Amino acid sequence: MVAVASSRNAAVWAALAEIPDPEIPTVSVVELGVIGEIDFATRPEGGERLRVQLLPTFVGCPAIEVMRAQIGERLRALELADEVEVVVSFATPWTSERITPEGREKLRASGFAPPVHIGSTFSGDSLTVLSIATCPYCASRNTALENAFGPTLCRAIYYCADCRQPFEQFKSI
Amino acid sequence: MSDLDTQTRDALAELLLAMADDEFVLGFWDSEWTGIAPILEEDVAMSSVSQDEIGHAKALYELLAGLTGDDADKIAFGRPAEAYRHAALMNHARTDWAFSIARRFLYEHADAVRLESLAASSYEPLADLAVKMRREETYHLLHFDLWLRRLAEGGEESHSRLRGAIEALWPDAQAVFAPLAGEARLVAARILPESLEALRARWLERVTERLQAVGLAVPPTAGSPEADGRTRRTDEFAWLHGEFTMVSGSEADATW
Repeated sequence: MVAVASSRNAAVWAALAEIPDPEIPTVSVVELGVIGEIDFATRPEGGERLRVQLLPTFVGCPAIEVMRAQIGERLRALELADEVEVVVSFATPWTSERITPEGREKLRASGFAPPVHIGSTFSGDSLTVLSIATCPYCASRNTALENAFGPTLCRAIYYCADCRQPFEQFKSI
Repeated sequence: MSDLDTQTRDALAELLLAMADDEFVLGFWDSEWTGIAPILEEDVAMSSVSQDEIGHAKALYELLAGLTGDDADKIAFGRPAEAYRHAALMNHARTDWAFSIARRFLYEHADAVRLESLAASSYEPLADLAVKMRREETYHLLHFDLWLRRLAEGGEESHSRLRGAIEALWPDAQAVFAPLAGEARLVAARILPESLEALRARWLERVTERLQAVGLAVPPTAGSPEADGRTRRTDEFAWLHGEFTMVSGSEADATW
């Protein structure tokens, strides 16, 4: 039973790993760290329900409904349970620390500076990291914050004084 | 939390509606700066901050809808202007940049104090949301503290406009902490871990310190906020309400 359960979970994670983030499609929802707990449970009316927690990067992220729909559709196609429920949850707050090492590398390769590590605590003081960004194009640290708010809620805008390129950083939060 | 008794649930609904309306209405006012902010970077920033606030409002309306069995969109867009419960601070049009910055400064600190306290709420869905919202609001706080300084120390005109705005908004800013009918019940249940009056005292301390640091006088506070701080409405808000309900009102129950 345990082996069956774990192989089903593995199938779910494998399917999730193929779902791209709608705004930065080189990164999967798993690499972005927006998947919380997944579990199979018996429904009171019979049959089983697969439940997946989706953790928004930002509370107002407009991509969340797109993600929810894509995840639901993909997991239903696996036919591992009678019902698939994708629940948007704040029980575990998403933080930029949840992005996997692979996710960070893919962000960098597609021109986004990955977030600076902020550890487990977060306060105004943690945002001294705002002054730190490594240029994703030339790896220079000679960069300056242009705007702590960018084209989407989760990005900030910087400028590299060495290769003279503006670039975006996924926000530390 | 279906184990809440009816009166406690009603009190919680009142708190959630007050917070959601604060974020929703301020988000709409400041979204008006999109395209016309004083500098391009601020255009992006104010738009992003406003989007955060509308997002927070959405999450709070959804919590409320889950509690009362209503629909979040209907709560947000389906009420007459007089049924909104935002603080009087949000009754005013955006006016000039100094006025909008003064309001954001006063509100962000009030919201920060409120969220810090609610992070320890016994009502878990609200505590979870408060923890998450606080992380985003940290960026807002830094941003508007910086703008307060820029305008206060920028020059004679920016200083005097900012001072005038702080003075004009000061009484209505207190209304973020205006008493709620079910407040005692919420405090007893630790849903609201501290009284609104205790939160207001903390807010007052923080904004006083920051205003003084940039050479702005702290206006006199005339005692506790008035009971109608979240119910009195203005023509300016009635106009905004007409704007933000225009699309939803043009076709009832439309979907897209």
